Formats: sequence, structure tokens, C-alpha cells
Amino acid sequence: MNLQKDKFFKNSFFCIAFVSVVAVVMICSCLFVGGMPALEKIGVKEFLLGTKWRPSSELYGILPMILGSMYVTMGALIFGVPIGILTAIFMARFCPRKLYRFFKPIVELMAGIPSVIYGFFGLVVLVPLVRDNLGGTGSSMLTAALLLGIMILPTIVTVAEAALRAVPESYYEGALALGADHVRSVFFTIVPAAKSGILAAIILGLGRAVGETMAVIMVAGNQTRMPQGLLEGVRTMTTNIVIEMGYATDLHYDALIATALVLFLFIVLLNLSFSYFKGRMFGNG
Amino acid sequence: MVNCLKMQAATTASNLLGITVWVAAGVNILSLIFLIGYILAQGISYLNWELFAFEYTTQNVSLFPALVNTVLIIVIALSLAAPLGICTAIYFVEYAKKGNKLVSVMDITTDTLAGIPSVVYGLFGLLFFVSYLQFGYSLLAGACTVAIMILPVIIRTTEEALQAVPVSYKEGSYALGANKLRTVFVVVLPAAVPGILTGIILSIGRIIGETAALIYTAGTVAQLPENMFSSGRSLAVHLYVLASEGLFMEQAFATAVVLVIITVIINLASTWMAGKLMRGN
Repeated sequence: MNLQKDKFFKNSFFCIAFVSVVAVVMICSCLFVGGMPALEKIGVKEFLLGTKWRPSSELYGILPMILGSMYVTMGALIFGVPIGILTAIFMARFCPRKLYRFFKPIVELMAGIPSVIYGFFGLVVLVPLVRDNLGGTGSSMLTAALLLGIMILPTIVTVAEAALRAVPESYYEGALALGADHVRSVFFTIVPAAKSGILAAIILGLGRAVGETMAVIMVAGNQTRMPQGLLEGVRTMTTNIVIEMGYATDLHYDALIATALVLFLFIVLLNLSFSYFKGRMFGNG
Repeated sequence: MVNCLKMQAATTASNLLGITVWVAAGVNILSLIFLIGYILAQGISYLNWELFAFEYTTQNVSLFPALVNTVLIIVIALSLAAPLGICTAIYFVEYAKKGNKLVSVMDITTDTLAGIPSVVYGLFGLLFFVSYLQFGYSLLAGACTVAIMILPVIIRTTEEALQAVPVSYKEGSYALGANKLRTVFVVVLPAAVPGILTGIILSIGRIIGETAALIYTAGTVAQLPENMFSSGRSLAVHLYVLASEGLFMEQAFATAVVLVIITVIINLASTWMAGKLMRGN
């Protein structure tokens, strides 16, 4: 009797746990069903490699946005990765305990600040800063990359720190015993041993940067032409969706869903590689 | 002699690396302190009671309706996502067998949900809740959308909290003759409450900060809602609209201040909760 009841509850928990699968399947199918007609009508090649996005004359090429997303993300990584990883090394191995109690919540707070606040900060501080010192309008690829570089810091720091902490203490002690000083022991034994985890951190940061929308909208300028340079405006895939979804109809609407589909596939790919590196670092946990 | 020089070079390099690490951490922390400090310093003088007026007009640009909308979205989203997420975590920790194919699929989909950008959630919400289920631009559609978004947060934090409960608790309960279900609900779950609450607080933070997923699901109406099917902008959407219109920058600053203060409070609460959990163990 009791066993039967236990089994019933086990099965009902299983059904509830299935919700996440259902959600992913629904999101996938919504994007595919919504985006496929556009891809068929426009043509996959014209859609992905077309250099002009002009809905008014039925031109739907998202190459400018794909490149925009890529450039801005790469820029963010150039700013964010060195600082993020060095900070993680600091947190894991250099930070005095008293300071750590103050640092850790700050990094967590950084992750918790809404992207619209980052965007607002970019709009009122970074945009004028770039405009006054480097010229142009200030709403540019550089500004977006800089802002995203700050935004991905907490992600990189948190994951990389966990990776560094997962390295067995004996590695460090062995290096010390061989006569290396603290800095060398950390940089030449612990950091290489945490390689996969650090890579996972970078990939997760990359995913955050590609998917970020509101902060980019407010500082990137959002011109639909092909990216022209560091100080010129640029539009990413994410911002393209938010900017035009409000008034798009018919094929234009479908083309935006197809943009989201491309973005989604890209993110799924990134996630799979993140899971792969995370699995290599922490085992299956 | 050469050896000696080499040693010295190595020490200098070590010292330099050591300094770089401190500088990087400093840059990291200072960027946040500057961000918060700047917004507070610039915006706090724009705070006034008119901003909290009951009704939004172009004279007062009140953020009060947006605040109410945000709270409503949080309440609806949590009442959907919290039970689902907690039960899922219970299944993962207490029932699922390691190595089961279906369980690893669920694991992967949970990670996938966590990685999907909020703009894709927004689009999905627009296609499914707003159009297909015909909720229209409404608080309900927005709440459903963010409920899916926070699901992985709740699942993962609850999982961690459940795993942290000492096995001896369970063994004690079994020894007293309780069955599995009773053990889970009466012994394990209460012990994991601080961890679960941390997850819920984090989710509240996510919802408060969300813009891209809400702008085309809950809409941008700046008034108090009549019911769940009314459209209403959340606080973050309110800030986005004000800042991008550029007409009410003072009020935008004030809204940013309110958002920052709420975020800081929520983070303090979750840190405090997590600390409680650590001490409990």
C-alpha cells in the first residue's frame, strides 16, 4: 500500500520535472514554426549572408547583425576575459580572508544589477566619454564592447573561481616544495590544471555577451548597415529583434523570428560546449 | 652569475604578476562601485513624492504603477515557478537514478533554459502566450514568460540546498519508520528552506531586472492594472522607455536609483540567507 503510494508520488514528481523539457521543446518549436516560412521565402543563404536589411524594400539579410554581434562580443571578451580571470585568480588564491568577505558579495551584486541599469550607465557615462575623447557620436561598437566587457565580469569570475578552487591543494603544495614562490605555484600549476573550467567560464561569458540586449540597445547606435569601424554604430541580432518587433508585420515579423532562431541555435551550440568543458573540469556535477 | 640574474628576473616577474592580479581585482570592484555611486549621486536628488503618485501622467511621470506591476508579475511568476521548480529539484535529488538517459536529458534542458537569452524568452512569450493563447499584452503573459526564465534558477538552488542536507537526517527519519515521501517533506525540505529561499530571492532579482522578456509580453502601459489581463510596464521597462525617449532624464535617473536600491537590498538578503545556510551546516 505504502509502496504504491510512494510510486505514485515518484511518478508525479517525474511528470513535474519534465516541465523543463517541455519548455525547451515549446520554445524550439515556436521559433522553428515561426521562423521557417521566412527562411523559405527569403532563402537561407540570402538571409544569413545578405548584407542589406531593408524591410521596406523586402531585403532581409542579417549578415550585418551577425557580424555586429560577433564584433561586439569579441570586444567584450578582450576587455572582460583578462580582468575576469585575473580577478578569479585573486579571489581564489590571493585575497586575504577579511577582504574576501567584502569582495564576494560585490561580485554577486555585479551579477545581480539589471542589464537596463548597465545600459543606462553606459548611456549617461560611457557614451559621452567616448564621444568627447575619441570622437563620433559615442554610440558605437567600442562603447558596447566596453560595457559588455564589464557586464560579463561576474560570470567569468564566478565560474573561473570555482574551477580554480576545484584544483587539489596538493598541486600547489608540490610546486611550493619544489621551490616555486606563491605566484609561480598559482600561475604555473593551479591555473593550467583549471584550464577546462576557465574555458567554460569564458564560453559562459561569451553566451552572456551574445544574448545581451537592453544594455547594447542603449549604447550601440543600432544602425543596420555593415559594421564600419570601432567608433561607428552597430546593430546586433538581439537588438534587431527588440527594436523592430513592435511594428513588424508579415514577412518582416517572420524574419525577426528567424533572427531569433539563428541566435537560439548559436546559444544552444555555446551551451553544449560549456557543458562539455564543465563536465571535464568538475566531473558530471 | 647568470643563474643569479635569472632568479632575480623570475622574482621580478612573479612580483609583477602578483601586482597585476591585485590591479585586475581592483578594476573589477571599482567599476561596480563607480556605477552604483554615480547613479546614486546623480539621481538621488531627483527623488520626490510625485514619483510615487497613484496615477501616471506626463506631469509627474510616476513610477508607482510600474512598481505595482513589477510586484504583481513577481507574485504570479513565483506562484507558477516555485512549486514546479522545487518539485523538479526534489525529483532530481531524491528520486532520479544516476545514469538514466531521461534524467540527463532533463539536466541538459535545465541548463539550456538557463542559457537562453531573455530576448528569445520575450519572443517566445509573444508568440505563445500573447498570440497563441491570446492573453494579449498582459501581466499574465509577462509573468508566464519570466516564470519559465526563472525555473532553472529555482531548480538549481533548491537542488544544492537539498544535497546539502546531512544524510543522517534522512537516516534518522527512516529509522523512526517514516516513508520516503514523509521524510522528504517533513525532514529534508524544512532543513533546506534557507537554500530554497536564496533561490527565490535570486529569482525575484532576475524578474525585477528583466526588460527584454517583458517589453513585448507585459507591454508598456504606464498605468495601474485592472486585472491580470491588463498590460503594464515593469520598473525596468519603465526605465528603458524613459531613457530611450530621452524626454524625462531626471525621472529616469530617479527610477534607476530606485532599481539600484532594490537590487542591493535583494542581494544583501540573499547573501544573508546563504550565510545562514552555511552556518546551519
